[in-house]
Amino acid sequence: MAEPHAHAAAHADHDHKPHGWRRWVYATNHKDIGTMYLVFACTMFFIGGAMAMVIRLELFKPGLQFVDPQFFNSMTTMHALIMIFGAVMPGWTGLANWMIPMQVGAPDMALPRLNNFSFWILPFAFTLLISSLFVPGGAPAGGWTMYPPLVLQTGASFPMLVFAVHLMGASSILGAINVVVTIMNMRAPGITLLRMPLFVWTWLITAYLLIAVMPVLAGAVTMLLTDHFFGTTFFTAAGGGDPVMFQHIFWFFGHPEVYILILPAFGIVSEIIPTFSRKPLFGYETMVYAVASIAFLSFIVWAHHMFTVGMPLAAQLFFMLSTMLIAVPTGVKVFNWTATMWKGSLSFEPPMLFALAFLFLFTIGGFSGLMLAMVPADYQYQDTYFVVAHFHYVLVPGAIFAMMAGVYYWLPKWTGKMYDLKLATWHFWLSTVFVNVLFFPQHFLGLAGMPRRIPDYAVQFTDWNMVSSIGGFGFGLSQFLLPYIVIQCIRSGSPVGNRAWEGAHGLEWELPSPPPYHSWTTPPSDAVIARGAAH
Amino acid sequence: MTIRKTLARLVLTAAAGALALPAVAEESGWAQLNMPKGVTDISRKIYALHMEIFWVCVAIGVVVFGAMIWSMVVYRKSKGAIADTTMVHNTQVEIVWTIVPVIILIAMAVPAARTLIELEDTTRTGLNIKVTGFQWGWEYEYLDEGVSYFSHLDRASDAARELGSGIDPTTVPHYLLNVDHPLVVPNGVKVRLLITGADVIHSWWVKDLGVKKDAIPGFVNEAWFKVDDDFTGMLRGNCAELCGRDHGFMPIVVDVRSRADFDAWLKSTAAGQKEAAAPAAPPPATAPSSPPATASAAVAASG
Repeated sequence: MAEPHAHAAAHADHDHKPHGWRRWVYATNHKDIGTMYLVFACTMFFIGGAMAMVIRLELFKPGLQFVDPQFFNSMTTMHALIMIFGAVMPGWTGLANWMIPMQVGAPDMALPRLNNFSFWILPFAFTLLISSLFVPGGAPAGGWTMYPPLVLQTGASFPMLVFAVHLMGASSILGAINVVVTIMNMRAPGITLLRMPLFVWTWLITAYLLIAVMPVLAGAVTMLLTDHFFGTTFFTAAGGGDPVMFQHIFWFFGHPEVYILILPAFGIVSEIIPTFSRKPLFGYETMVYAVASIAFLSFIVWAHHMFTVGMPLAAQLFFMLSTMLIAVPTGVKVFNWTATMWKGSLSFEPPMLFALAFLFLFTIGGFSGLMLAMVPADYQYQDTYFVVAHFHYVLVPGAIFAMMAGVYYWLPKWTGKMYDLKLATWHFWLSTVFVNVLFFPQHFLGLAGMPRRIPDYAVQFTDWNMVSSIGGFGFGLSQFLLPYIVIQCIRSGSPVGNRAWEGAHGLEWELPSPPPYHSWTTPPSDAVIARGAAH
Repeated sequence: MTIRKTLARLVLTAAAGALALPAVAEESGWAQLNMPKGVTDISRKIYALHMEIFWVCVAIGVVVFGAMIWSMVVYRKSKGAIADTTMVHNTQVEIVWTIVPVIILIAMAVPAARTLIELEDTTRTGLNIKVTGFQWGWEYEYLDEGVSYFSHLDRASDAARELGSGIDPTTVPHYLLNVDHPLVVPNGVKVRLLITGADVIHSWWVKDLGVKKDAIPGFVNEAWFKVDDDFTGMLRGNCAELCGRDHGFMPIVVDVRSRADFDAWLKSTAAGQKEAAAPAAPPPATAPSSPPATASAAVAASG
């Protein structure tokens, strides 16, 4: 078993692969680039997290104690931009880089130099964005949604914001193209579309979503740029424009973006739950169709983010109904995951724990999403902490927990070593307890009438804000366990075999741990594919 | 009464306490857990809709989470559970759990649509008030009576909210939810609001009225409310759309009066404003302070 791979590894050493800093700057290897993406995402997770700590610190009690309201608004704006574009999206791309070639039986991504380029855009994009904190007028403070006319009041950081968004968009589009080309062209013979692992499927659909909507965002911010500097009036009523048109364009990007952030999570959870239930995924094909229908529906629900702008009745009814419809395929997915565990043989290693937390807490976020779809009730929820609670439930214990589940699931494969399971279990429990202390009370705050994006609040909101802040500090501190566990694993983990988890199936587990430099130098044989897909 | 019945009643009372709340409660406690019922027919319909969908979610949650927890408890490897690897799909079950949610959703969509249609009906109104959001306050204009004035955060809150003011917010009455000149409206009358923005987008929100509508520069949005005949008192709300530095400091207060009190107030205010008409009609008392000059305002002015 180890023979051909040892040969492959030896062969790889004869390659003229760069060493030292050149290994990273000139990187064309999917694993190196994947690692850089993940390290970048983790760094941004901590920077964006630090901003969240500033927010929770100021909101710990009523009155302004620490920051100016303008800086507070910068914190909420930058926290969102950094977490969405800097942590979650690059995190998924990192996992795609590592896993897709291994899962489809390919040696590498299809377009390695493009891969290098799409990663290296990101540090520049975020240096530009974060350095806007230090220019006159401060960092962007008009919200990550960049609604005009407010965003046009941004100071010197305005063009920096626009160009940073352009760069992030370019990076995402290039990364997405690479994923599509890899999946469409590099699959080993025998891996038909409906034999692909769900992580590959969800990423394929995510990549199409990215290619479809990132240019829309680029167009929207470019129109802002010309409104600001070149006298156009796309979004100014005085010149015949319409500020609400920006919201329509933005959310036409923004809603598919929501699924860009969550679909890869669906894929990962669909890999982990079968592994630790020791049972094949229930309803594989319906899972694929459910993801595809969610992706389609995501294009026709955008205006549910803006029910209060004063749309015609017919439009509100349409967007309410289309939004409610999304609950159907999403429900199918949750039921399928539950059915996968039903009559399984469950064990609770860290990846499974995080996947289970995802299952419960993402569903809670789904419920509040259903509530938000009801237009008359949404009039009361819109722009309150109820919305903040909703999207943090789907993004933190949703997307982020699934990403951590993925890291804990595949880390032994990447490093060839097992991490400290006990410590990772601690990481799970601390994260799960604190994330609920942090976000659950925000449902109450929103329903009781606390608007979002405010640095100070009426005194009756004090108690739950304190609880929420305590949860926030606890959650933030617990996250330091993640890099510690990963570094400790790389340095001194105990070696693992090819199949790090007893119930794991899929081509990646047929490769040695760590996998060779060029993952599959020869396509896996039918027998290997059949064993990998031993469902 | 059996113990079980007593327990059931206790649980029900607690649930009712948590969920069925006094109309305009602002104090902390149970009122801080749920949406208020409000003081209009529409706000109560919204509340009912909110509770309906909430209980539907709870019911689905009990079933789904129940199945998940059952699996986690019963099908444990450590308890010797052996996986049934033949269970890969079941067309009948899958059809059922696709159709059932569709039926639930339709059942929820019908009352929601009905309320929405009622909510959008701005005809046959008795009083028209133009509401203009600006950075950072509100202007109210009684269109048929020629009365208009500005409404800002009250002085006490404004002093206490400064960074490091040293004033304990709990000592300020209605901290951040009080204004110098509230919007005065009569009860029992269908009031139509014509909402717009002067500079950036704001959103006029009073939860007890069940009204939230964006104030968009260059466009006029409509909303309406009709306060119960027997209600008088103050209702408090906020700007709900991020509008710059002092977004958190432009509350809304609605002073609901009886028809007769309102008419008297309107008459005297109209007379007062006419008297002072020569120097461009200021509100009954002058606004406490113009919005502080800020980095963003300065940039807006210069650029």
